[in-house]
This record gives sequence, C-alpha cells and structure tokens, in this order.
Amino acid sequence: MSSSIFFDISAGAYIVAMITYVIYLVVKNNTTGIIATTLTIFGFVSQSTALIIRWINSYHFWLSGNPTSGVIESLLRSAPLRNLYESLVFFIWSLILIHLFIEFKYKNRSLGAFVTPIAALALLFIDISGTSKEIQPLIPALQSNWLLFHVLLSFLGYAAFGVSFGAASAYLVMVTESKTEKTYIFWSIITSIFLIVLIGMGIDFLSLSTAERAELIQNHFLKTTLRSPSGGVAAISWVVSIAFMFVIWQVGHGLKKVLTGLNLTPIMLDEIAYKSIAVGFPLFTIGGLIMGAIWANSAWGKYWTWDPKETWSLITWFVYALYLHARFVAGWKGKRVAILAVVGFVAVIFTYLGVNLVLSGLHAYGSG
Amino acid sequence: MEEKEKKDIFESVWKFLASVKLAIFVLITLAVSSIVGTIVEQKAEPAQNIALLAKFFGDSAAPTVYNIFAKLGFMDMYGSWWFTAFLVVFSINLIVCSIDRFPKTWRLIQTPQKPLSDTAIKSMPVKKELTLKTGVNVARDEFLNILKASRYRVFEASEPDSVRLYTQKGKYARLAVYVVHLSIILIFIGAIIGIRFGFKGYLNLPEGRTSTIAYESPTKQIPLDFAVKCNWYDTQYYEGIDTPREFQSELVIIENGKEVLKKVIEVNDPLTYKGITFYQASYGMMPEAAGYFVLDVTPNGGQEKRLWLKNGDSFEIPGTGITGRIYDFSPALTRNPMTGKLTTYSDSMVNPGLAIEFDQPGRDKFIGWILKRYPDTGLIPGGHSVKFVDYWGVEYTGLQVAKDPGVWLIYIASVIMTVGLYVCFFVSNKKIWINIIDDNKSVNVIIGGSTNRNRLNFEQEIDRILSHATQAIEGRSNK
Repeated sequence: MSSSIFFDISAGAYIVAMITYVIYLVVKNNTTGIIATTLTIFGFVSQSTALIIRWINSYHFWLSGNPTSGVIESLLRSAPLRNLYESLVFFIWSLILIHLFIEFKYKNRSLGAFVTPIAALALLFIDISGTSKEIQPLIPALQSNWLLFHVLLSFLGYAAFGVSFGAASAYLVMVTESKTEKTYIFWSIITSIFLIVLIGMGIDFLSLSTAERAELIQNHFLKTTLRSPSGGVAAISWVVSIAFMFVIWQVGHGLKKVLTGLNLTPIMLDEIAYKSIAVGFPLFTIGGLIMGAIWANSAWGKYWTWDPKETWSLITWFVYALYLHARFVAGWKGKRVAILAVVGFVAVIFTYLGVNLVLSGLHAYGSG
Repeated sequence: MEEKEKKDIFESVWKFLASVKLAIFVLITLAVSSIVGTIVEQKAEPAQNIALLAKFFGDSAAPTVYNIFAKLGFMDMYGSWWFTAFLVVFSINLIVCSIDRFPKTWRLIQTPQKPLSDTAIKSMPVKKELTLKTGVNVARDEFLNILKASRYRVFEASEPDSVRLYTQKGKYARLAVYVVHLSIILIFIGAIIGIRFGFKGYLNLPEGRTSTIAYESPTKQIPLDFAVKCNWYDTQYYEGIDTPREFQSELVIIENGKEVLKKVIEVNDPLTYKGITFYQASYGMMPEAAGYFVLDVTPNGGQEKRLWLKNGDSFEIPGTGITGRIYDFSPALTRNPMTGKLTTYSDSMVNPGLAIEFDQPGRDKFIGWILKRYPDTGLIPGGHSVKFVDYWGVEYTGLQVAKDPGVWLIYIASVIMTVGLYVCFFVSNKKIWINIIDDNKSVNVIIGGSTNRNRLNFEQEIDRILSHATQAIEGRSNK
C-alpha cells in the first residue's frame, strides 16, 4: 500500500484548516473554530497513518537490500527520517502535534492561524523544491542507531521553535502601536522574506522542466527572478519584492485588530513562545547538538569540526540561550525577547535548509 | 587606603566578569562571528575565497580584502587567537557568574520554610480560600493525606484553634542551572584534553600493506606503538544500482609480530586498540598498481577452488579440461545504450568486470565477461562456475586515525547536561502553605503557594489539592 494518498489527504486537510483558522480569526464564530480543529486532527491522523505506512514500506525496502538485518536494526534503519522530504514531513507532523497540544491545553484556537501557515509553507516547499519523495537506499554514513533519535529529537525541537515563532510573531503584531515601530518593521521584513523566497521558488518551479525541477535548489534557486542572469528581470524582481514588503507592512497591522477581537492576549502569546522554547531548547541541545556530536565521533572520530551545519546549529543554540538568559537573568521583556524568538527560528531555518541549499551553492558558484 | 582601592578594582572586575551583559555580548559576538566562518570557507585555497570576495567587493579589491581577512584570521577563524579568546571569555563569564550567584541560591535552598500568616498567604502569586463544614483536625488530616500522596514532606505548626501546614518540593532543582553551566565547562576541558593529549590523523593503507605510523599532515607523522594491516577493502552496492551499501575494510592489529586483533570496519563501526581508533573514511585506487584477480572456480558438482591470478595468467577448471586466460579488466563495465558496445564508465571500482578467454577442447575459444557484483555472469556452459571475487591489491582504504583521551569527559558532560537541562526546565521548586482556622463548626482554609517554573501547572495542582480535600471531607461527613 502506498502512503502518498494519506499524505495528500493530510496536506489538503492542513491547507483547508489553515484557511478555516484564518476565517475563524475574522468571523470569531465558534463552529468555524471547531471545524478548523477537526480538520487539523483529521489531517494529523491521516499523516500519522501515512508515516506508519511509509515506515513499513521502508522496512521492507531495507530488508530487500540487507536480508541479514534483524528486526530492531531494520526498524531503526528504516524510520522515515532519512532525507530532506521525510524530515520536512516529520517537521510538519511535530508542528501540528505541538499545536494541537497547546490548543487543548490553553483552550484557544487563535494560534492555529499562525502555526498552520508554517505547516502549509513547509508543504509548499516540499513540492516546489523538487525534493525526491522516493524511498531511497540508505547510504553507509546514515546507517547508525543515532539516526532515529538524533533526527527525531532535533525535529521535535525545530517544531517547538516553529510554534514559538508563530506565537512571537502574533505577539509582535499585537503589541504594535504604530506601523513605524522598529519591531513591527522588523516583523514585516522577516515575514516578507519568507514569502518572497517561497513565491520566487514557486516561479522557478513553474518555469522549469520536470527534469530541472529536481535540481531547483542546487542550480536554479531564484534564478528566474531575483538572481536572474538578465539584469532587467532581476531589477524588476527586486522592485516588486520591495513593493511586496511594503504591502505586508501595510496589511500586517490590520491583523492586530483581528487578534485583539479574539480572546488572545499578549501575555498568553508570550507564555506560549517561552514554553515552546523551554521544550525546544533541551530537545535541540540533547538531540541536535549532543547526539549529533556523539554520532559524528563514532562515525568520523571527530565530535566537532566547525562545519557549516554544526556551526549553524551552535548559532541557533546561542540565540535561544540568549533568549533564556535575557528573559530570566537580564529581565528583558516583551518585544525584545519576542524578536529573539523570531531570530532564533530564522537561525533554525538556516541550520536546516540554508546550510544545505545556500551555503554549498554559494561555494559551488564561487569556485565555478 | 590602598588595600581598599585594590578591593574595589577587584570587585568591579568581578562584577563585570559575572555580568549577564557580558554573557549577552559574548553570545552575540560568538554567533555573529560564527556566521562569517560559515560563509568564508575555512582552510580553503586562497583562490576560492578571493573569488567569493570578488562578488562582494569587485575583482580588483578582492585580493586586498582577502589579505586583510586572512590577517584577521577569518580564513581559519575557529582556530584564530581572537575566536579562542572569545571562547575563553565565555568560559570565564560562565564560571564567575556561577560562583557569584551560587551562594545566594544555596542560601535560598537551605533557609528553612516557615509558616506564614493569613495575610502573607493572601499575597502569594497563587492563592485560594474556602470554607468547609468540618473540624480543624479532620481538615488537617485530609490535607496531610493529599499532600503526602503527592510526595510532599509536610511540616506543621499548631495553635489552639488553627493549624498551619507548609511544605515544598524540588528545592534542589534550583541548582540545575549550575549543573548545565558545569557541563559546558567540562566539555571545554574535555576538548582541551583532546587537543593537548590526542591527535587527529589519517592513513591511506593499500590492500595487503602494513603501517606503523599515521599522518597528521603530509609532513607530520604520528608513530603508533603497533602495526596496522589492511587485509582488504571492499565497496558493496545495493543490487542493480550504483548506490553504495557499505564501505568495508578488514584491519589487523599486529604487535610484536603477532596478530592481536582483527575486525572488519565500516562507516559507523570503527576499530579501537590502545585508545587509538581507526574509522572508515574513504577509499581509492592506486595508480598503476598491478593486483591479483581472485577467482572461485567450481566445476559442475565439484569442489570450489580459490585462485590468485595476474593479468595474462591461465588456469584450469579442475577435472574439466576447460582452461581460461585473464584477457581484460574494467573497473566499471557498462553497455553503452546507444551503440550496444561495452565501455568503462568510471575509474573507481563501481562495477568490476573481468574478461576471460575460455578454451574448451572441441569448441571455439570464446570470451566471457564476469561481473563481481553479478555472480550469475560467471556460469559457463556445462554448469561450471567462475566467480570473480575481487581484484585485490589495487585499492587502498582511507582511514581516519584518532586518539582522544578527552572524549569520555565529553560523554559524561553530555549526560550531566541532559539531566541538568531536564531538571532546569521541567522540575520546579513548588512551595505551598495551608492555614486551617476554626470558625464555629466549620473551618476557613487559606491556601497559597509559589513556584519558579510552570505556574499554570502549579495553579492546576493547587486546584486539584483543594477539590480532592473537599471531596474527601464531604465524603466523611456523609458517612
């Protein structure tokens, strides 16, 4: 049985749920909220089913290549966390899990309008980045018991950081008095950059042939627009992007009225942002940094080499360590810590995607 | 007078080193400078980074900018004096602030909890009040039961018509943050031990060869006090595709002429002997090496025989009169889909193929290609089989050789950090005070408390304690 049908169902459910959450923000109708939650749970169940089916399929796939492998070993080697696609899918799953947990714990649905878009963007990213969805044979470097735990905990951590990003974003919008505040401008720039990069990749995707799409990120990243070889196209893209940023800056402030109309308070958002980091930070430290270092040591004899991936995860760690110390020891409050939570998630995205996609690309480009 | 000045200077330096401002500054500096180190490729060829810089500063300025950057240590940043200095400041800040704050926390833990007045409880962050229709002693017993069931150690102060219960849990959790700081320092110590008393080397060891040294750099040798031999190296592939499944080498440790340890190592499964670990890191072909073709020859229904042959050698399949001669070899044989001709598509041994010219009495000579990865290709007419086992002696195994006596400290520190982080974020110091005051056939209960973490959970816990006590007391009076 193929898992893809369940993935497609869950993707559809999440996207409809996102729209419903946003409608809920506007109409404040309780039934709408219940529908949004139901859709999210439905998507989550469907995605969990898909993950299990994929795990079973990978298990058989692994056994066909490694007939002598035992049950436990095969299960560990075939956990669906083995490439970019599977990790993105798991990130979405974790994000929704944490979101549902918060929704039930705080009995407040409004945050869904900020968390489901992150899931939707990740879904969009999966499709337009052309990353392979096939079950692939596991290369020797990944054949380790650490794979499952390292990736599992890292991504639960990433997802918790994602939720804190959603909450901190909502917080920044809510406490903004005027559009000229630095924190608000900062928020609108970050949000715009996320959207511009995704829209740019979408345009790349549409302009490429199917064969080229598989290498979108490596070879064609934003080449149709912002990095176009034609100076004119690039210039227009930049102008449009800046105009888009301006629009987000104008429109974003409207969100404040919507949020205030709901029973969402800045205090609650601040607490959710902190709690998510309080969950994410230990998970990321243990799963990402410590287990990563131990695995590196057992595979290569070096637990730390300052390679870009390691360094960026350390940078991420510094940012969240900063958040915790600024908040608890230095007594920073409100917008300043919310900005750190946003910056932290930007570092997460860079650790996860940027290092693989941009930095290596930069070097390849530089040397060729 | 002078003494006092000295003391003042010491105090202000100490305050500075312990300050959270310094911590924030160092964290930001380390983060920002680390970003630079991931953009400028470290320890790379100058031309590569000059090309990179040219994109930002233009072709003419790039070499100058490069020289300035190189002088500042940006090209080997994580080893530069100033980055190391920041790490040192980071550690000092961590140690000094921990020492500075620890006594305060310790006093807080050691100070015995005291019963509080009603008004003091009412000013607690979490508080509740209610009236129950029961006596002071019954209420006291029920609250004691509930608190004990939640593993609180309860103290009490009794007065004629009132009881004050007070208790706390998890006071030592306040130390967790120091434990986390300590683990970071231990990691630094472990790293220093590793750098000072260990080494990171490599060794390219051809099949069949033995070495008593490894290399830290092409010019710097590291003597091992034993010899390591590579029996063979092999890349295994998944069936039908060129994705490697395993990189393997069989290594033998030889000491005083005796074989003391033999192991097939693979990625993620190294060999360790006397604190030195050999990791499977890479592999390659030796140019112009002439090796042996290893064949397993089995006549139909007969015994398998292993042969070691050189290029051009002949052999007989025992008892059949069929002879074969090594005719040609390809490290990576494929059939060109356009022309249908056999060609070699790689220099490394991705799909080794061996052409053998067979000579059978009464038949024409024929040439057959036998592929190592596809044993079926070795079946020849008459039910005999010639298996191509290996082309031995032409590959080397690339070993990472490392000794790190500090790694155990790193592991211990990791465990300490894991425990510390868990306690730090998920165990809180909860304090509860309950005053039960007699009020003419009923009692007033005033409950209050504080926690250093997870206030929401704590509020729910207080509510639970109250509702359980109420139920238990009502249950009693109904009997």
